Amino acid sequence: MSKILMKGNEAVGEAAIRAGCLHFFGYPITPQSEVPEYLARRLPEVGGVFVQAESEVAASNMIYGAAGVGVRVLTTSSSPGISLMAEALSYIAACELPVVLVNMMRAGPGLGGILPAQGDYLQATKGTAHGDFHLIVLAPSSVQEAVNLVMRAFELAENYRNPVMVIGDGMIGQMMEPVEFPEPAVGKPLDPGDWALTGCKDRPRRIVNSLYLDPEACNRHNFKLTAKWQRITEAEQRSESVYLDEPCDILLTSFGMTYRICKTAADELRAEGIKVGLFRPITLAPFPYQACRAAADRAGRILDVEMNMGQMLEDVKLAVQGTKSIDFLGTAGGVVPSPEDVAKKIREVLGSAPAKNASPKPAPQKKRKDKERA
Amino acid sequence: MKKIFSATPLLVDRPTHYCPGCTHGVIHRLVAETIDELGIRERTVGIAPVGCSVLAYEYFNVDMFEASHGRAPAVATGAKRARPELIVFSYQGDGDLASIGMGEIIHAANRGEKITVIFVNNAIYGMTGGQMAPTTMPGQYSTTTPGGRNVKEVGYPVRMAELIASLRTPAFVARAAVHSPKEILRAKEYIRRAFSYQVAGTCFSLVELLSICPTNWGLSARESEKWLEREMMPYYPLGIKKEPETAEAEVKRG
Amino acid sequence: MASTEVLMAGFGGQGMLLSGKLLAHAAMEKGLEVSWLPSYGPEMRGGTANVTVCISDKPVASPYIVYPRALLVMNQPSLEKFAPRVKPGGLIVVNSSLVPVKSDRQDCQVVYVAANQVAQQAGTGRAANLVMLGVYVGWSEVVSLESTVRAIEEEFAEKAKFIPANVAAFKAGYEEGRKARGAKS
Ligand SMILES: Cc1ncc(C[n+]2csc(CCOP(=O)(O)OP(=O)(O)O)c2C)c(N)n1
Ligand code: SF4
Repeated sequence: MSKILMKGNEAVGEAAIRAGCLHFFGYPITPQSEVPEYLARRLPEVGGVFVQAESEVAASNMIYGAAGVGVRVLTTSSSPGISLMAEALSYIAACELPVVLVNMMRAGPGLGGILPAQGDYLQATKGTAHGDFHLIVLAPSSVQEAVNLVMRAFELAENYRNPVMVIGDGMIGQMMEPVEFPEPAVGKPLDPGDWALTGCKDRPRRIVNSLYLDPEACNRHNFKLTAKWQRITEAEQRSESVYLDEPCDILLTSFGMTYRICKTAADELRAEGIKVGLFRPITLAPFPYQACRAAADRAGRILDVEMNMGQMLEDVKLAVQGTKSIDFLGTAGGVVPSPEDVAKKIREVLGSAPAKNASPKPAPQKKRKDKERA
Repeated sequence: MKKIFSATPLLVDRPTHYCPGCTHGVIHRLVAETIDELGIRERTVGIAPVGCSVLAYEYFNVDMFEASHGRAPAVATGAKRARPELIVFSYQGDGDLASIGMGEIIHAANRGEKITVIFVNNAIYGMTGGQMAPTTMPGQYSTTTPGGRNVKEVGYPVRMAELIASLRTPAFVARAAVHSPKEILRAKEYIRRAFSYQVAGTCFSLVELLSICPTNWGLSARESEKWLEREMMPYYPLGIKKEPETAEAEVKRG
Repeated sequence: MASTEVLMAGFGGQGMLLSGKLLAHAAMEKGLEVSWLPSYGPEMRGGTANVTVCISDKPVASPYIVYPRALLVMNQPSLEKFAPRVKPGGLIVVNSSLVPVKSDRQDCQVVYVAANQVAQQAGTGRAANLVMLGVYVGWSEVVSLESTVRAIEEEFAEKAKFIPANVAAFKAGYEEGRKARGAKS
């Protein structure tokens, strides 16, 4: 199949169908509304189900129900909506149901803004909701990778019967890039296995439940979930290291779209002879600590760049264990760091003078007066 | 020369962000005039929703909250219960009130919270770019009902005024429209009564206002007014749906 | 070619996002790597709408570009905001039908084209965005005339009656772009 030019949000919707997911429940929120809009059009064409829920609280409980009866199911939202889904995600993880959700992050906290941000890293990877559970979290940095990871997310969700989040930002949702989809056009349906509530014809009844009034039973259940997470941690870490064949002066750590920005900065400085390496986790959870440590070992020092106030930074610090000095460059509120910002920061921390004929100074930016499409 | 029109002091003197032709502005004015006329400005607290009117807190010259999506009646409940002397109103769209906030509004009404709810029904999600609302008309195009609202799949539009009026708890519930001068006068009268019931400490009050969204209906303002009259008004009949049994007479006398 | 970027800016509804998409589409068909990154959200409603298209023979690293190689503008606020950021030696195309002022950039080539009038002559005043695209393609030759025409035909496949006027507007702009290029070298 040849490449087509597609918006990230629409590509996410199409990827789900290719993965055989024909059930979508969601609620509009910028900057991801093109996913429900696309699926409202596409799912009926392929015999699927599209429901616009009355809220994210409802949407997340709808995917709980759909997954419980053994269908492949997707929901998508953006930061404030994900907060509302948190409760149901705890139930879904506790009941070990396979669901995939996508978070196209926007600025926060609170109503924040609709522009791109990465402020939900900690929420996604550590503290999504009440109780001891983990989401598997995948962070694409291109539209094609978003397609690949959405499809992979369904496999992981089903292999481990665990919720999987694909986390992007407003930029990847709104941007168009060429993408290729695998055949067939509609993936095979999920095999409901031995756990889904399909009607207890000729078999004992099944229960999808997360209530354990007996503390010992609840304790055992927690150990079981933790053992599963251990297996996921051992088998599923993914990351990308670039320009690390030889030792480098500085390693840039980042994820998602921010990685692309760092890449441009790195290429620019490497052309001047400054050795810049790159590391990005593809699985934010489980975080690839060893790979991050190995990358750090090749570098003089580290600069972590994120569109938040320093969230993945905590994991980088855990990986590096104090062996390297780490600087941080962060933005929030929908402000995107430019490649020039990153390059400037690298020069600053390396104490090197700026190269001649660097790009012109940015024009003083007028304050934007946007009508919030909150 | 006789001055026949002036700006309402209750509205902050600044341009709004609403699209040209949008009737959110008309409704703002009616609410503001009412608060002014009843002389309750200093004890009024308004609650802006999430929706096109999210910035309403910028426009009403009274104390204002900004609530999360759909939860304005809950915020109003907290405020009113904590300080019963306040006049508390929420201003909500149809996505906010009838979809994500359906639970909050029904329970606030059913508890008989002495708050006033201004409910703007424009049959669409304005702010997010024209998705289906619970009030979207059968067959109406929206970006999430590309083939028109199919009532076999998503049910019929919710008649919120009637739904709330069906609760046993006493309340004042009415529906008006704001697309023509005549109906605007009626809307003003209902809004005045809704606030008056709260001032008298009588009951919960809600006024549903049929409003236009030229931007997401894909029509001019003129065409939108006609569309509202032709498509919405037969389905959403105007008038008072419910009045409290007590104190009615006094309030009517003003 | 290595890499290049163009920022296209105007008011919402003037079609600059579409121009960007056509360029990205044509470049993709040529086997190049592309990205199309719009400003999104509230500004789209009557406010400014702009898009950055990156084209490269390698995978596009950052699609977010502050200093583009070329700028096409359909309104004065965009000229004021973005012209100072164009890389020295780059191109600025100004729709002089709508922008009454000149750019003070001496180190870039600035082309003024009355895109609305040119489009009108080509058959529809609404295709000023294609005139602007034409100027850019003619000047840069980053994609060919034919491949852009094919992209226009595909994009308008369901509204075929608009194709001739849009193609004509694009070609008229393309000629202007060629002329401007010639004037420079
Ligand atoms: C939890 C959450 N979910 C979704 C949104 C996105 N959102 C903002 S406004 C809106 C719909 C508003 O529609 P309506 O209440 O009809 O008001 P209108 O814009 O038409 O005035 C939605 C879904 C949000 N801000 N928060
Ligand atoms: S989108 Fe609709 S409801 Fe919102 S301001 Fe514009 S016209 Fe009014």
